[in-house]
Amino acid sequence: MEESFEVGLTVNGTHRTASVPARRLLSDLLRHDLGLTGTHVGCEHGVCGCCTVLLDGDPVRSCLMFAVTAAGHEVTTVEGLADEDGTPSPVQRAFRECHGLQCGFCTPGFLCTVTALLRETPRPTEDQVLEGISGNLCRCTGYQNIVKSVHRAADILAEES
Amino acid sequence: MKPPPFGYRAPATVTEALDALAAEPSGKVLAGGQSLIPLLNMRLAAPAELVDINRVAELDTLHVRDEGVRAGALARLARVERSAEAAAVQPLLGQALRHVAHPVIRNRGTVVGSLAHADPAAELPAVLAVLGGTVEAASARGRRTIRAAEFFRGPMEPALEPGELAVSAFFPASPPRTGTAFTETARRHGDYALAGVAAVVTLDEDLRVSAARAGYLGIAATPLVLDLTGAAGPHGDWRAAAAHVRERIDPETDIHAGAGYRRHLTGVLTERAFKSAAAEALRRAGE
Repeated sequence: MEESFEVGLTVNGTHRTASVPARRLLSDLLRHDLGLTGTHVGCEHGVCGCCTVLLDGDPVRSCLMFAVTAAGHEVTTVEGLADEDGTPSPVQRAFRECHGLQCGFCTPGFLCTVTALLRETPRPTEDQVLEGISGNLCRCTGYQNIVKSVHRAADILAEES
Repeated sequence: MKPPPFGYRAPATVTEALDALAAEPSGKVLAGGQSLIPLLNMRLAAPAELVDINRVAELDTLHVRDEGVRAGALARLARVERSAEAAAVQPLLGQALRHVAHPVIRNRGTVVGSLAHADPAAELPAVLAVLGGTVEAASARGRRTIRAAEFFRGPMEPALEPGELAVSAFFPASPPRTGTAFTETARRHGDYALAGVAAVVTLDEDLRVSAARAGYLGIAATPLVLDLTGAAGPHGDWRAAAAHVRERIDPETDIHAGAGYRRHLTGVLTERAFKSAAAEALRRAGE
């Protein structure tokens, strides 16, 4: 019988606990143990970026971290980006407006990555946008509308601040 | 895929970590996990035990002194990349870190972890090697300092003994009138490079080249350091230095590039990096 560990962490502002083996990936904790299936799992070795979540505010690959290591930390998933009343965040609205998604599989990862990117660089240059999203793969859009969405999100954030 | 089962220890201090490694010498250290966890997920590695050092606060350090930059085992790549103090003392670190994987990976990955992984295609081993830096290793038996030239024994093979933990890495400061540059070529941005070079040029008081050293990644089993001072001459003939490098190296063919292409590319990157490093040295000499 594999040993279990009690993991407690804050997810989208709520304290959550689960009993998991040490090898439980953070991505699987979120999806299977906590039922937050917004975080998607693509490659499971850090290449595709679909599973990107915010760990204490910084974007990280949830498939390259064990749940036991995340204990005590704060995680924000795509479910936690919108306002409490359900209003989509500026980044989410920009992606909708600019058609920054098609099938939507990669979108949760992009939204988390871009949310952090714009917090650190509120008015990114084209190069900074490309570098910022370089670790996220999208097989539908050809990226043009995603890049547009990032600039549009920067506009919305500036307008609303 | 999912990782295979393993025993798990999460020590809170270096002493506890060393005790855990002494008790299970085949235990593997988990820091940022950006290289180790992919290996586990793909089941290319199956260690009996993981010693997770992420809670060892005393390893989460970045000390910048006049002599150089010392990164503790939990200093994340992004933290070192963004440190203006570290860049002022040793600019090559930040120049190379921008090429390490993607920004999101750099939020978790650590400097010391990248060195201990000892991938010959990785950037930081070449940086440590060309700068003549060191790795500090600790075990229940004591501590020792390992020079870069001895640290990289082979591909994925650092000179760490069972039970040893790499606690920090030291990158010496740039001397006066010294410029550095880092360049690499990868098929896709953020991928492992086909070849890359870290260049360091030092000028004398008459602005002649007094030292030119290059650290290469991707072209040998370990980071390759070449002294190009003689090949480049006092006036910095970087084309001649590049020709010399092409003769000296013996890259291998793999699915990504042939040996001939890698040889040619390494020459091109050498010339490019040294032109940039020499211009930077001249600028710093004028300050």
